[in-house]
Amino acid sequence: MSIWTTFHKWGSPRWFYQFSGRLLPWLGGLSLLLLIGGAVWGLALVPPDYKQGNSFRIIYVHVPASAVAMGAYMTMAIAGAIHLIWRMKLAAMVMKAIAPIGASLTFLALLTGAVWGKPTWGTWWVWDARITSVLILFFLYLGVIALHQAFENREAAAKACAVLVIVGAVNIPIIYWSVEWWYSLHQPASIRFIGESSIHPSMLRPLMATMAGMYLFFAWAMLLFTRNEILDRERNTRWVQDIVCGDDKNAESNSVL
Amino acid sequence: MTLFSLALAVLRRDLLAAARRGSEWSNPLVFFVMVCALFPLGIGPEPQRLAELAPGILWVVALLASLLASDTVFRSDYDDATLEQMLLSHQALYPQVIAKTLAHWLLSGLPLSLLSPLLGVLLHLPTAGMLALMASLALGSAVLSFIGAIGAALTVGLRKGGLLLSLIILPLYIPVLIFGSSAVKTAVDGGPFLPQLAMLGVFFLVALALAPLAIAGALRISVDQ
Amino acid sequence: MYFDSIGELFAMDGHGPYVWFCYGITALVLCVILFEARRRRLGAEQRVRGVVRRKQASANKVKGKG
Repeated sequence: MSIWTTFHKWGSPRWFYQFSGRLLPWLGGLSLLLLIGGAVWGLALVPPDYKQGNSFRIIYVHVPASAVAMGAYMTMAIAGAIHLIWRMKLAAMVMKAIAPIGASLTFLALLTGAVWGKPTWGTWWVWDARITSVLILFFLYLGVIALHQAFENREAAAKACAVLVIVGAVNIPIIYWSVEWWYSLHQPASIRFIGESSIHPSMLRPLMATMAGMYLFFAWAMLLFTRNEILDRERNTRWVQDIVCGDDKNAESNSVL
Repeated sequence: MTLFSLALAVLRRDLLAAARRGSEWSNPLVFFVMVCALFPLGIGPEPQRLAELAPGILWVVALLASLLASDTVFRSDYDDATLEQMLLSHQALYPQVIAKTLAHWLLSGLPLSLLSPLLGVLLHLPTAGMLALMASLALGSAVLSFIGAIGAALTVGLRKGGLLLSLIILPLYIPVLIFGSSAVKTAVDGGPFLPQLAMLGVFFLVALALAPLAIAGALRISVDQ
Repeated sequence: MYFDSIGELFAMDGHGPYVWFCYGITALVLCVILFEARRRRLGAEQRVRGVVRRKQASANKVKGKG
């Protein structure tokens, strides 16, 4: 099979639905294992930090959330670009699916970051470079979600959001860099707020687990949401009707999710 | 028609149309003046505090005025179907889009930057900052016009487009704000503000090169729907 | 374990509320994402069934008339 036929096969919603269905239990199981295992490891099996005490343990949820929030936006941008260039409907569905997940994770990153600040530096919010950048990323997500809802025509919504997401993705490095620069102007170098560099590397091992777990969770959620989009959009096709009504006939549910 | 003469024709047409529409172009300027006047009322008239906050206040208010103005860049053409004609004609969109955005800047951002020293006086901005204020606003507002045009192109076909426009482009405005206000603040402190202006110049060149692609694509989407 | 008792695990030397809140809200957000996925799936399935029902109904009408 040539590259193009393979590419087009991947773009078929039906193939995607069947293929993703096989991946789901693995992604789900592994991600929950890594997340829960990593959390237990980080909460109880690692010593407290020399400077920050026990509050540093928040790192194991905060950093994965913000890393995946960023990665999710970039994935959304790639999906949008694929949709614009190759007119692949599936890419538009993936893009739409990612937005609420990414926004939730960004919100989570902001909340955990803020709460981390209180016991460590005494305030609920610190306008340091990283948290400010995450806040801006949150605004970017909200903009995409709002733009999608404002269009009545689904195809126009998908294309408009694709343009916006790509513009946003191009801007993210500029924004991050500008905010870093801005922060370096306004803070003396002796004070460094998120002092992860002071955390001993051996204590960052649980972070690898929760980080991997969070990425896998994102992939899992992305597939779940995209599959729902497929069921919705392709509801007039025989294969979707067979899946849903075939379940009814067998009086059993294929999967909980 | 060469691309350049096409752009020039669109530019001339837009400026003439604006002249015929009367004082509509001055609305963002009035907004700029009024909102700047709100600040002393809100935070107190002490000259020292105003002077300290003036660079940031002036830039944020200019940004908001620019945001307000962005909604109008394609609206009248959309309403009278000129936009549709522009897209249906097989002439290159890229130069036309650049011309429209620059015309918009000439009518909103440039007057804003020329007016800004007056408002600097109102907010007790030290004289050392005046030149930096004008220069950074002139250059920065051009970038804001391009970014705003992207948002305007995406939302021109929507019913409640105005507020949505603000939501989607404000995050993109932030780098311009950072360097623009820093230019003014550095000038007030007696330092060199050319590096920040240079950064704004870089933003302008990137916007000039890339934004028209997004704007043209967004216009097609908005008109087609 | 680096804590001498479960009680100390919860208290975390005074940082307990902060740490547990963060882990709790993380678990909550992740659960909400999963529940939302399920909710949307059920909605999509309902809509598919609606389409099938309408198809059946119009097919029956044709059969009845013919």
